[in-house]
Amino acid sequence: MSQQATTDTAVGSETESASHWSFLRRHMREYGILIALVVIMAFFQIATDGILMKPINLTNLVLQNSYIVIMALGMLLVIVSGHIDLSVGSVLGFVGALAAVMIVQWDMNFLVASIICLAVGGLIGAAQGYWVAYWKIPSFIVTLAGMLVFKGLTLWLLAGQSVGPFPGGFQLLASGFLPDVIDVRGFHLVSFVLGAGVAAFILGLALKHRFSTRGSGHSDEPFSFFMAKNVLIAVAILYLTWLLSSFRGFPNVLIVMAVLIAAYSFVTSRTTIGRRIYAIGGNEKAAKLSGINTERLTFLTFANMGMLAALAGLVFAARLNTATPKAGLAFELDVIAAVFIGGASMAGGVGTIVGAVIGAFIMGVMNNGMSILGIGIDYQQVIKGLVLLLAVIFDVVNRSRAS
Amino acid sequence: MQPILEMRGITKTFPGVKALDDVNLRVAEGEIHALCGENGAGKSTLMKVLSGIYPHGSYEGAISFRGEECKFSGIRDSENLGIIIIHQELALIPLLSIAENIFLGNERASKGIIDWKQTFERTGELLKRVGLKESPQELVTNLGLGKQQLVEIAKALSKEVKLLILDEPTSSLNEKDSQALLDLLLEFKQRGIASIMISHKLNEIAKIADSITVLRDGAAVSTLDCSGGNVSEDDIIRDMVGRSLEDRYPPREPKIGETIFEVKNWTATHPQHSSRTVVKDVSFKARAGEVVGIAGLMGAGRTELAMSLFGRSYGHYVSGEVLLHGKPVDTSTVGRAIDAGICYVTEDRKLYGLVLDETIRRNVPLANLPGIANGGIVVSDRKEAKVANDYRDRLRIKSSSIAQEAVNLSGGNQQKVVLAKWLFAGPEVLILDEPTRGIDVGAKYEIYSIIGELAAQGKAVIVISSEMPELLGISDRIYVMNEGRFVGEMPTAEASQEKIMAAIIRSSGKA
Repeated sequence: MSQQATTDTAVGSETESASHWSFLRRHMREYGILIALVVIMAFFQIATDGILMKPINLTNLVLQNSYIVIMALGMLLVIVSGHIDLSVGSVLGFVGALAAVMIVQWDMNFLVASIICLAVGGLIGAAQGYWVAYWKIPSFIVTLAGMLVFKGLTLWLLAGQSVGPFPGGFQLLASGFLPDVIDVRGFHLVSFVLGAGVAAFILGLALKHRFSTRGSGHSDEPFSFFMAKNVLIAVAILYLTWLLSSFRGFPNVLIVMAVLIAAYSFVTSRTTIGRRIYAIGGNEKAAKLSGINTERLTFLTFANMGMLAALAGLVFAARLNTATPKAGLAFELDVIAAVFIGGASMAGGVGTIVGAVIGAFIMGVMNNGMSILGIGIDYQQVIKGLVLLLAVIFDVVNRSRAS
Repeated sequence: MQPILEMRGITKTFPGVKALDDVNLRVAEGEIHALCGENGAGKSTLMKVLSGIYPHGSYEGAISFRGEECKFSGIRDSENLGIIIIHQELALIPLLSIAENIFLGNERASKGIIDWKQTFERTGELLKRVGLKESPQELVTNLGLGKQQLVEIAKALSKEVKLLILDEPTSSLNEKDSQALLDLLLEFKQRGIASIMISHKLNEIAKIADSITVLRDGAAVSTLDCSGGNVSEDDIIRDMVGRSLEDRYPPREPKIGETIFEVKNWTATHPQHSSRTVVKDVSFKARAGEVVGIAGLMGAGRTELAMSLFGRSYGHYVSGEVLLHGKPVDTSTVGRAIDAGICYVTEDRKLYGLVLDETIRRNVPLANLPGIANGGIVVSDRKEAKVANDYRDRLRIKSSSIAQEAVNLSGGNQQKVVLAKWLFAGPEVLILDEPTRGIDVGAKYEIYSIIGELAAQGKAVIVISSEMPELLGISDRIYVMNEGRFVGEMPTAEASQEKIMAAIIRSSGKA
């Protein structure tokens, strides 16, 4: 640490600021998306007179966006591998309907039904992935077909009716909160301790990583940036945790989301499987000739996407407490938009889990904020469309300037 | 002679780099002028200035063409004066016909309606002039690269070309097509069309060029007059690299051991037409410490053989066996072939070798990811950086750091990254397909050195190359392949270009 400090101060302040500037320019995208989220949140916080960050609204925001975030994780893998999945909205609706039929109409135990639903989602993804991976049918076509098929099957399963309500146990998935052991009036201590732990863990992990890879030519991020970024993230987590704790604590679905985000982030950035998926998206032929089983990996990314869409379907059904034929309508567009706002490239090979999650929250905060402001659904669509376009234009211009 | 083109004091800077520094180029009326230089010397930049891709004002200096000062603002302006450039990567549209391609953007039409009769007739005349016997309605995708090159030239002729610029026109052509193209250039010269030819093939330049301008590091270092026939390839090389390369091939003392790699009766068919056998009953072997060359013309089936051996990546496997240390090994997928210790460096590094948008760091370990991972799954940043840095130093990959993207490297350095990837996979048998295609003399020497080192470590190295001097320079034994068969085998000591060609010609048409 002290050594780092001396080298930092040893550099002349002029060249230091110049190198900081060039670093910022090269990494505009990564910082830009985070800054964009903060700016958008600040804007709506002011515009809504502080309603946005009220604990109850924040909780709502998490619940409302959970299924988009969950699907964005799978979609990121699909898009990084150079494909697209248009069927996820329909699969979400179909799985919700299946859950309703099994739980409400057949009186099946909701845990068993949930497991069956996840398996069915995985199978649906696998079936689509099979044609994409092994028969080289364009994923756009295969999943467009899937979108129609499962939209139809949802209608058929529900016979055009809404089916509900679900038993209380099933609803907990979406509307339950982490139980509190110690009762501190109006403050959810367990959640706060958990949140503080996560913040400390993230900070510690980042520091450890920074020092273990120092000198290996990996990161040229200036130390001040690194510290500022990580301290800010930790503070943000603490602040949000505090807000949520002062309402009802962490929703169950937030825990599920957090675990999934951590797991997928780890898989994409730190494992050989992750590297292979990026390589396939970057140059499938070169990946194949490097001994990577491109077909199997593509197949698995679609199976994974199907399973995550099924999970999102369960969350969504539990949240609405009913399965409707309209569930999931056009969700695929929100999910895909989130991934692209998060910096993924249409051509494949580029994108991060964290980016996709932030992208999903940018969309979510805008939905929520504009609804609070009473902006009509017509203008909301226009604004969201323009934000997506702007984000991608920013990305492309930035990239062409860098090269 | 009166110069048709004069470029004076051309200086072009990119942010941070001076790509061209006060370059003068003078092309006489009706001459063939060769432009030589290592990759990155500024040849392409100079031609982009000339053709208006870099418009007037973005560079310093002056251009005069047929005595008139030119200020091109785009490629259209230069084309209107008859300066036509044919890029190395051909710009034809595969699924359009020859005629449609030739008149693309320049359609024979009145009021937007195409006159097909005139289009086809004109195309017919142009094809006759370039000696291409194809129907104007043939789709470009059905033509070989040599013929596509001729279509490009016909397209240039359709625009009343006065100065034809060819960027590496023969780099992907076989000897016969190359010769035909060079003859065509000589014929154009008779008709008073001047050409500028960028090429790495010094023997071709020596054969047809009237004068040569050599660029090095963005400056024109010399202009050689070939009319007296007194310019040798060595002279050109000396000017290109700024030092004399006494030997173009590094010396090595082969220590040849046991046979480690053996292929028996390998047969494979075309991926779409299973009746077409592309590799026919091929058997060969390679010994430890040996560099084995496979010679042949373009289309002889060499790449197909290598790719079919390497995880059956090409066509349909029919029969045959691969033995490593005398034992049969399974090479039915790329993964299994790599695990067995057989690696293949493709001829097309951009398409099949690299993830271009990724960094050196990410490209190097790609064929052996478990090698940088803990427990085979969790990638260790430290191991990854170490591996990438080690190979960057060892192979002298010129780059700002391992964080540089492959797309921004020169051809020679890209090839080194591909080699690093395969070296890290730990091969016992390394098959290299056209390992020095399109890279400059200095980098070639370094690639040859690496090949020599690998052999010295007791590995078997198999080199496929269309450049016969290269095979004669680096290999210990040469197989000759033609029309899918191995038609000759000779120790390099007894081999010569004539013997290799003779083996090919003797076998042609027999099958």
